[in-house]
Amino acid sequence: MNKIKSLADLKKLQTEVQSKIKLREMGDHSETLIQIKVSMATCGIASGAKETMSHFIEELDHQGIDVIVTQTGCMGYCYAEPTIELTIPGQQPVVYGFVNKAKAQEIIEKHVKLNEMVDGIIPVNYSSIDN
Amino acid sequence: MADYNMHILVCGGTGCKASQSELIKSNFKTRLNEFGLSDEIQVIMTGCFGFCEKGPIVKILPDNTFYTQVTPEDVFEIVEEHVIKGRKVERLLYKDPESKEHIVDTKGMDFYKKQIRIALRNCGFINPENIEEYIGRDGYAALGTCLSEITPDEVIRMIKDSGLRGRGGGGFPTGLKWELTRKSVSDQKYVVCNADEGDPGAFMDRSILEGDPHSVLEAMAICGYCIGADKGLVYIRAEYPLAIERLKIAINQAREYGLLGNDILGTGFSFDVEIRYGAGAFVCGEETALIHSMEGKRGEPTVKPPFPAEKGYNGKPTNVNNVETFANIPVIINKGAEWFASIGTANSKGTKVFALAGKINNVGLIEVPMGITLREIIYDIGGGIKDGREFKAVQTGGPSGGCLTKSFLDTPIDYDNLVAAGSMMGSGGMIVLDDSDCMVAIAKFYLEFTLDESCGKCTPCRIGNKRLYEILEKITEGNGKVEDLNRLRMLSSVIKDTSLCGLGQTSPNPVLSTLDHFYDEYLSHVTSHKCIAGQCKALMHYSIDVDKCTGCTLCFRNCPVGAISGEKRASHYIDQSLCIKCGVCFAKCKFDAVLIA
Ligand SMILES: Cc1cc2nc3c(=O)[nH]c(=O)nc-3n(C[C@H](O)[C@H](O)[C@H](O)COP(=O)(O)O)c2cc1C
Ligand code: SF4
Repeated sequence: MNKIKSLADLKKLQTEVQSKIKLREMGDHSETLIQIKVSMATCGIASGAKETMSHFIEELDHQGIDVIVTQTGCMGYCYAEPTIELTIPGQQPVVYGFVNKAKAQEIIEKHVKLNEMVDGIIPVNYSSIDN
Repeated sequence: MADYNMHILVCGGTGCKASQSELIKSNFKTRLNEFGLSDEIQVIMTGCFGFCEKGPIVKILPDNTFYTQVTPEDVFEIVEEHVIKGRKVERLLYKDPESKEHIVDTKGMDFYKKQIRIALRNCGFINPENIEEYIGRDGYAALGTCLSEITPDEVIRMIKDSGLRGRGGGGFPTGLKWELTRKSVSDQKYVVCNADEGDPGAFMDRSILEGDPHSVLEAMAICGYCIGADKGLVYIRAEYPLAIERLKIAINQAREYGLLGNDILGTGFSFDVEIRYGAGAFVCGEETALIHSMEGKRGEPTVKPPFPAEKGYNGKPTNVNNVETFANIPVIINKGAEWFASIGTANSKGTKVFALAGKINNVGLIEVPMGITLREIIYDIGGGIKDGREFKAVQTGGPSGGCLTKSFLDTPIDYDNLVAAGSMMGSGGMIVLDDSDCMVAIAKFYLEFTLDESCGKCTPCRIGNKRLYEILEKITEGNGKVEDLNRLRMLSSVIKDTSLCGLGQTSPNPVLSTLDHFYDEYLSHVTSHKCIAGQCKALMHYSIDVDKCTGCTLCFRNCPVGAISGEKRASHYIDQSLCIKCGVCFAKCKFDAVLIA
């Protein structure tokens, strides 16, 4: 990465990144991918988020399903760790709590493959500032 | 791929489960099946909606209908009316407490406005190890704007106008602090981020550093620009390995992108950040002790003045701010001081992150606007008290704070109201207590922490707190006298008045606050030797119910001090003079014959 040289360059990069994310969020099924974010803060990891994340990666890889699995910080639902957020392109993100290996498997089989939600959704109860 | 056109979400949180939400779910399934709709409509059990007072909750998607206090019988009406005929069931809709109007769409519920994420805006949203995701969310735009378009004095003006106050505990106005450090004349100045976070049970700062480290780095650079510093230091406890790791990655990425280092964004401004590790002592969170610790000296506080703004790290002017304070800065620049100042109360602006813990259903990290009430936090967000027990108090401010009782449930929470109520904001630990918590034992718990963490430099804190602790110990062991309660007060006020640093000056607060609000509980410990909450073991009285005892001799064989006697198949007895109240007999008895009073 070359150094960003000016405010204008920074804004250009910002627009580029944003359109990449937009594409991921809004694009239609054929072009874009399902995204899974695993909450990987200390609390999540202590409750097994690492195992959950690697299970997602391995299992999706094994089944040859293309899904973006990334990590993120604490979503705040410490009572329900590990938590993950699953976004199907064009749909509202869904948060699941207590995602152990078995739950991860269920999510892959049902929600990822069939677009069927499964039990254990955590309703989002906060608003974030919109940029 | 199944294409459900409707989802019915049934709350499976602890509270709702207790009121038959499982049955509600299965009723929905059966009913939909009868109508042949199970392929079109999916019924899902969810985690807690955090609205337990009005549970059980049922939410219907995609039209976002929110039904409250649903009974298993209501299911039929919902299916027939809402699902089949498309008419919402008015009487079950959530009613706005003020306008008394039914709210059809959850987006209109103020319940969703109870938490606003400013400091935590990116936590759980972006990948903290990828700077581009941060940049995509307006990251470093505030720094860029400041460096290219706003003078340091104007930035300071903005921070002042926003009304932001320090989130590390003291609540000192941040803009004013920056101005003071800016005015100090020196060839070298420093920006320090206090990430020591020593309060027991607090993890707000850790979560920010783990989830959004760039927001802190960006704010530190902005601070450097304002006060005239080119060097920043993050003081973080070595016990936070993941936060350290993420911070290191962030620093390296920011350098790589030219957002830290020399000549940032071609503006001629240079700023770099280094990490300093603390060994995890509570007192090292105090700013003078923190600075000494960074200098390689013993982490002991010194008298203020001089304040760090005049003479800090290496004797140079130093601006110390807390992690969460910094995390708010970029948003204030991007969205404006006025926007920030529109959230909160008269003298406390913005939001506060709390680590909600203790006897509450939804333990977690929350960010709420200043001015929210405890009731909203506990019942609307926290999901109520565990196991349906009774709320007793909330401890805020950790070892420097105090307890808020039932009578404060509707007090708007801000810096000043908490102090007036005998507690303090502190860094954001919020521990919920129920009727099984003994307030004397709680005070003792915090004092024990203080004893461990006192640096020992000054006598009132080192010895005074030890004596205070001994008195509390005496009381919880049933040897306290009424005079001891006055002694507690006197000693507390001496320690507060004469200790050198904030640790000692605030250490008796948990004792004073519990004495004020729960005097009866102290009194019953010293007069009738009773612990109402049943927590003080030494005050318990074990006896055997002659009618229930079968004479199985199990307790007799297990009592470690031989306090139990009795013949086989005849009722047993406990010799009170020998009993050490270990509770073994109670645990062992298979016939519930051991009684505790
Ligand atoms: C005993 C003691 C412990 C403290 N611990 C912390 C801490 O862990 N984190 C923190 O930010 N401030 C802590 N402080 C407050 C700091 O001294 C200082 O006021 C604060 O870092 C200033 O930042 P702010 O204005 O952004 O809050 C502590 C103070 C005392 C007296
Ligand atoms: S008050 Fe306590 S912690 Fe502070 S300097 Fe004195 S002994 Fe040390």
